Amino acid sequence: MAVQILLNVCLGFMWMFLTTTYDLVAFIKGYFFGLLILFVFRNFFSSRFYLYRIYAVVKLLFIFIKELILANIAVVKIVLTPKLHNSPGIFAYPTRLEKDWEITTLSNLITLTPGTLVVDISEDKKILFVHAVDMNDVQDEIEAIQTSFEKAIMEVSRK
Amino acid sequence: MIEIANIIIVIFIILGAFFHLIAALGVIRLPDVYTRNHAASKAATLGVLCILLAAFFYFYFHESEFNTRVLLCIVFMFLTAPVAGHLLGRAAYHHGVKMKGSKVDDYQEYLEIKKSNEQQKYEEFKKKLGKNL
Repeated sequence: MAVQILLNVCLGFMWMFLTTTYDLVAFIKGYFFGLLILFVFRNFFSSRFYLYRIYAVVKLLFIFIKELILANIAVVKIVLTPKLHNSPGIFAYPTRLEKDWEITTLSNLITLTPGTLVVDISEDKKILFVHAVDMNDVQDEIEAIQTSFEKAIMEVSRK
Repeated sequence: MIEIANIIIVIFIILGAFFHLIAALGVIRLPDVYTRNHAASKAATLGVLCILLAAFFYFYFHESEFNTRVLLCIVFMFLTAPVAGHLLGRAAYHHGVKMKGSKVDDYQEYLEIKKSNEQQKYEEFKKKLGKNL
């Protein structure tokens, strides 16, 4: 990824020298054309085209903001209902993610989603222990985490 | 233009205050440490976010200054708030605080296995979880 960005910046400067205009607009133009060249040659790099990864990061960010707002609406609902009738508990969530930063991101995202809060992680970094306000819909919750967050994070770290 | 900006700022401040109110109410009303932790770690985060955004818009529209420190504040808020919630929950659990009306507790099972230090039991535990999914 770093190599591709560096190449792209070099191509931008090349464009500036070829057109002999040395301002920001020329650089941006050159960067854009460099991007096109990189896109055409994307199969020759060992890692995938870096815009895909940036797109995945942006997607993850939007999922995060959406879930944050939903979480807060859920908390407001729980706090403002006159009678509290929930059954809390801690369930185990086996994760497929491996790198440290991925697991950190996932647990932060889980903590900020409706009704769930990460309490601990097993020593071999395979199982997250999640406290849930309402244990009745845990199965849905696990599926939601797997299909939205875990998938989005894997999309970012994919080679 | 400045009127619209003022309205946006006020809306953000009211939203932020509302979320803080909810967080405070939740801390008082909910039954045990863990559920209180939920209210504090979620509602307070969005509350702070709203108020910081209001401050950012104020500086942007009134003093026409792009205040990056406020944005940095938001980023660090999001990095640290879940960690604080996580640590509080864990500390409470290891201190032996009971959950009110809980049915399921996989964590206790895991801690017992860890104490007994048997690899085989742990593998069985993992297998059982795999079936659940």
